[in-house]
Amino acid sequence: MCGIAGILNVAERHEPPTLELLTAMVSAIRYRGPDEYGVYRDRRAGLVHARLSLIDLASGQQPLANEDGTLWIVFNGEIFNYIELRKELLALGHKFRTQSDTEVIVHAWEAWGNDAFRRFNGQWALALWDSRKGTLVLSRDRIGVRPLFVCAGEGRIRFASEVKALFADPAVPREIDPAGMDQTFTYWTSVAPVSLFRGIEELRPGCVRTYAADGSSEETVYWTPAYPRRGESYPLTLGEATEALEEKLERATRLRILRADVPVGSYLSGGLDSSVTAWMGRKAKEGVFRTYSIRFEDAEYDETEYQRAMAATIDSAHQELVVRRGDIARVFPDVIRHTERPVLRTAPAPLYLLSKLVRDSGIKAVLTGEGADEMLAGYDIFREAEIRRFWSRQPASAARPALFNRLYPYLARSPQQAKGMALQFWRQGLERTGDPGYSHEPRWRVTSQVKRFFARDFRAAIAAAPAPDLLAGLPAEFAGWDSLARAQYLEVVTLLSGYLISSQGDRMLMAHSVEGRFPFLDADVMEFCNGLPPSYKLAGLNEKFILKRVAAGHIPDAIIRRPKQPYRAPDAASFLGPGAPPYVAELLSEDAVRDAGVFDPPAVRALYSKCAARDAAGELFSNADNMSLVGILSTQLMHHTLIRRRDHESGGHITFTTRVDRAVPQQLPETA
Amino acid sequence: MTKDDLRTAVHEFIRKNFLFDAGSPLTDDQSLLGSGVVDSTGILELITYLEETCHVKFADNELVADNFDTIDRIAAFVTQKLASKA
Repeated sequence: MCGIAGILNVAERHEPPTLELLTAMVSAIRYRGPDEYGVYRDRRAGLVHARLSLIDLASGQQPLANEDGTLWIVFNGEIFNYIELRKELLALGHKFRTQSDTEVIVHAWEAWGNDAFRRFNGQWALALWDSRKGTLVLSRDRIGVRPLFVCAGEGRIRFASEVKALFADPAVPREIDPAGMDQTFTYWTSVAPVSLFRGIEELRPGCVRTYAADGSSEETVYWTPAYPRRGESYPLTLGEATEALEEKLERATRLRILRADVPVGSYLSGGLDSSVTAWMGRKAKEGVFRTYSIRFEDAEYDETEYQRAMAATIDSAHQELVVRRGDIARVFPDVIRHTERPVLRTAPAPLYLLSKLVRDSGIKAVLTGEGADEMLAGYDIFREAEIRRFWSRQPASAARPALFNRLYPYLARSPQQAKGMALQFWRQGLERTGDPGYSHEPRWRVTSQVKRFFARDFRAAIAAAPAPDLLAGLPAEFAGWDSLARAQYLEVVTLLSGYLISSQGDRMLMAHSVEGRFPFLDADVMEFCNGLPPSYKLAGLNEKFILKRVAAGHIPDAIIRRPKQPYRAPDAASFLGPGAPPYVAELLSEDAVRDAGVFDPPAVRALYSKCAARDAAGELFSNADNMSLVGILSTQLMHHTLIRRRDHESGGHITFTTRVDRAVPQQLPETA
Repeated sequence: MTKDDLRTAVHEFIRKNFLFDAGSPLTDDQSLLGSGVVDSTGILELITYLEETCHVKFADNELVADNFDTIDRIAAFVTQKLASKA
């Protein structure tokens, strides 16, 4: 787990990438890998690496080359099946100098070309520079656990783990991309290759891009989520499938615990998914097993009881972090500096604080339960869509929409009349069950409310260069999948990739140099879960049905039976009232909003005043206002910290322990 | 207050308080609840406004989507209610 960056000259006239620039790029993301730094450079290409040492601590330094020094790699992540691949490659006659997974990638690519990526079970973002052919290969794991951004222009290709490393090059434009913002305030995230910044692309998950010597590029998708055709028969009984899932999850967890030369801990949220991963992690290895939980001062969000019950069950060395409302506002600017995206909820903030606790306790890698809800249909959005479909067959029915009460307990507590009002929202588009976005349309409609605040010019810019339509680019097989599979696909390519494992995952963990490992996102586990019949995942309205069967008898019953609890933290209220930090008012001021150019300044002022007044009077905020305030404030912070302030450039002071300079060997400067 | 006055007043209130005058389109026949412009907490804001501005009280059985889902319906319903009170 690390940070990578690099530059490729496609035009001959360019000078070699300078060590200064390469140093500035890696320095901007040094927290991703504070253990060691490395650089490789020749006349055409430069690669830099910041290392978080987890495997082969002694000899796994990067950049790393093949046997004759013509193929170079920088790599962020893990290939969990590297030991098995290494054996295969040894049999093919490959020679290895190290015990690292990095070297396995180099030889696998020599042996199998781009087909190698299909064989990897892991989480990665990497660049391979073939100095003989003059080609650069960029690749990302199936789901996009590890980030990778690219900026091509003016005869150069630049890539990096994070956008701020690209911004270290003054030739890279620094502007918010209206198309990326439009997507964010629809899907909760931009969808790769669209990014939040003009001229910068996010490499799509599950994809390989190859730049030829003339700078032209070619992209291959080696993996995309796929599901059985609707009604296809399935060979395993529920009992057999439960056993198979347990075995696959155990293997995935073991790989993530044992393929590390340092101890691996686990998060415990109090829910089913992290309880399962922690239980399996505990079984994988003897000795102390560390677990970590977030507690909330606000009882509304707190899950302490379940966390402690699970920690006691597996006898882990358990640590808790209590999050108070003021903590969220205090760290929010740092959170956004790391997410490099606007967010609609403050939920990443507690996770930013938790990774610090992990790192301070001496642990560099943790298991989390991320991905279970997407792979095994845990979210309300899947159940909501099924209820709407069921209701649409008999729109006059009162009993059918009453099923919403099972999903949203607040509805059950509301007077009959208020229920009717709420149903009016879900009734919209009820009959359009054939639409590919049917499951997500209500969420997208709610999220789009933030666009009320876009400035006139910004709206015009979106209209002039709209983002590609997600629903127009769906796989050909999509329409043949079951309705649940279609909803799962949309959830994976939007919220999981762009938000959950990024803004709430990699970015919050790496901010404190901690690597996340996700058993539910193991290649075999994902294939298996995607192949299951819908009724094994969502049995009626019983979510993650098969996982509950796996957990039965091993996880406290109270955790298995409790209604699914979305992980949430206090939102807009964190930024209001007498204790609010001064940056909130500053960044929401008309001048600051005008400077960023995204939102309409008087409209933002009106929202801020309205929320402040309601907060002072102890009144509730509507969901739309809540989300808008967090979305606008995080956009303003993103603009302020990444585009205006450039404070990430002050890094400096990097000493490279690995240093290969073939650009101007006679003029090697002493230190970078 | 005539029905037209009421329609204008409600339109203005929603434009200011829910759309924040930022230029989003708003028509008198659009579904406020369906479009998400007014959500479950927002409807309480709207009802409080109507009760305070028009000096009316709505009974529980009147708080249904049929009466509140569009500006046109709100104007018609409240006008009728005011007329029956007078």
